[in-house]
Amino acid sequence: MTMLDVRNLTVSYGKLIVADNLNLSLESGQWLMLVGPNGAGKSSIVSAISGGTEYTGNVTCLGKSVKDYKPNDYAKLVGVLTQSHSVGYSYTVEEVVRLGRYAHSPGLFAGKSDADDAAVEDAIQRAGLEPYLRQSVLTLSGGELQRTFLAQVFAQNPKILILDEPTNHLDLQYQRDIFQLIREWLKEPERAIISVVHDLSLAKAYGTHALLINKGKTLAYGEIGEVLTREKLREAYSIDVYEWFSELYGQWQN
Amino acid sequence: MNKKREGFRAGEYIIFGAVTLAIMALCVCIGSVNVPLSEFTNSVIIKTVRLPRVLCVALVGASLSVGGAAMQGLLKNPLADGATLGVSGGASLGAVLAMAFGITIPGIPFAGSVVMSMALAFVSLVIVLSLAYKLDYSLSTNTIILLGVIYSMFVTSITSLLVTFAGEKVRDIMFWTLGSLSGSRYSDAIMLAAALLIFGGILMAKSRELNAFAIGEDNARHVGVNVRGVKFTVLICVSALIGVCVSVGGTIGFVGLVTPHMLRMIVGPNHKRLLPASVFGGASFLMLADLIARTLLNPRELSIGVITSFVGALLFVWIFYTSRRSKK
Repeated sequence: MTMLDVRNLTVSYGKLIVADNLNLSLESGQWLMLVGPNGAGKSSIVSAISGGTEYTGNVTCLGKSVKDYKPNDYAKLVGVLTQSHSVGYSYTVEEVVRLGRYAHSPGLFAGKSDADDAAVEDAIQRAGLEPYLRQSVLTLSGGELQRTFLAQVFAQNPKILILDEPTNHLDLQYQRDIFQLIREWLKEPERAIISVVHDLSLAKAYGTHALLINKGKTLAYGEIGEVLTREKLREAYSIDVYEWFSELYGQWQN
Repeated sequence: MNKKREGFRAGEYIIFGAVTLAIMALCVCIGSVNVPLSEFTNSVIIKTVRLPRVLCVALVGASLSVGGAAMQGLLKNPLADGATLGVSGGASLGAVLAMAFGITIPGIPFAGSVVMSMALAFVSLVIVLSLAYKLDYSLSTNTIILLGVIYSMFVTSITSLLVTFAGEKVRDIMFWTLGSLSGSRYSDAIMLAAALLIFGGILMAKSRELNAFAIGEDNARHVGVNVRGVKFTVLICVSALIGVCVSVGGTIGFVGLVTPHMLRMIVGPNHKRLLPASVFGGASFLMLADLIARTLLNPRELSIGVITSFVGALLFVWIFYTSRRSKK
């Protein structure tokens, strides 16, 4: 089933075109990695899909143009996890996670139904946040804070998850934890992920498909193994990525 | 998982309400002439002068605090307030314009200055925020406050210019700018109460959305909040609250900054609790400030704004200092 279909997507800031006439489609069960060097336009693409950036072209989600969805209906289908969060005030972990239920019951007295309680409880359990429930998010470490927002998006229970470098500045154990949690999430039917990942090893380890872009243009698109080839990566990064990684990771073999 | 209700509980309403009522009784009894509570019902001073004044002070305090708390949530900025964003300055320009040019709405006394205050408060907010967006999309604390303060200076200079050329209307205007809340009547109190009920009520109905904004505007959009719609609604309500308060009592700075900050320490940042608490806390704070203004140099009376700005400016520096330090 096609979850998300992007046709002729173009994003520009003034005269600078950061995404140039891109096409992609996301089927259920897929984990699509957007890869490419800095400034390739990866974040602009996901920002356009999540409604944070103006664009031209068509983005359709489950057969309906994204622009025709009401904000809360769209949030039931598409959830977003970004790389950093600066919360302004000392909300508790539970309050931040519970906000993920907003789309399911907007309005004044909502957010207290049994379904909401169950979803929040489940999300907190999955992310392993029980010990932090009443703790202020201002006192959490970077990894704990990212798990809090991951739990929020679990509680939101979307069909498509958009990730923008979710573990960019996290310690290795948190990086692995978060990617494992997301892989578990993808196992349920009618779900798909589209993510921006800087680290090509992570992309290769977790992705099923990839879109390789450079300066806003598509270099390759398809199954992960066919996209992240030596020749195509050389074109994008102007070095032999295979050789470099073999050299780098060879140091850990003994 | 044990469930805790997010909202303000009945017990908390009773405690906050009782404290506010006790402060109100105190403020009604003490003054240039002290009246014991037992003679409450047959004192002319209380019925015609002090009670309407204390009621208006309480309502202005409550309205400014609710408006301030909502702005601070919406902009994720603990320093946002009518005074720091230039909204109060804009509102007083509106009131002075109405008085100088005799803008009135037939049949309803003072409606001209109230409507003009509200309108210019809204225009000011939109100008300051759109300039801030243009300069710095992330709406950082410093940009907004800097623009707000500069905008304040700008509208104050226009207000002074108007006063200079207002001719025989000058006396009305001077009376209003100096008058603060000392000449308040029951009709003012009714108007303030109506504004608080309507616009404060709408803001409270937007508590969850304000929480989402306080966590981050992008996050609010991602969880499904209609970001533009909510922002517009909140800005309208805040402008209306500040506009009404300014048209009745002139600019009383920093009330919307001080009370939400103190209350966040007691009830937390969740707007479901913070906004109701701000009604009581703001009323209590301003009634006490008014009491000090009336009695400190008895029989002379200080302007209430002197007290609030004194406390507020010190707190502003403290918030700025601690928030800067925690970022390092």
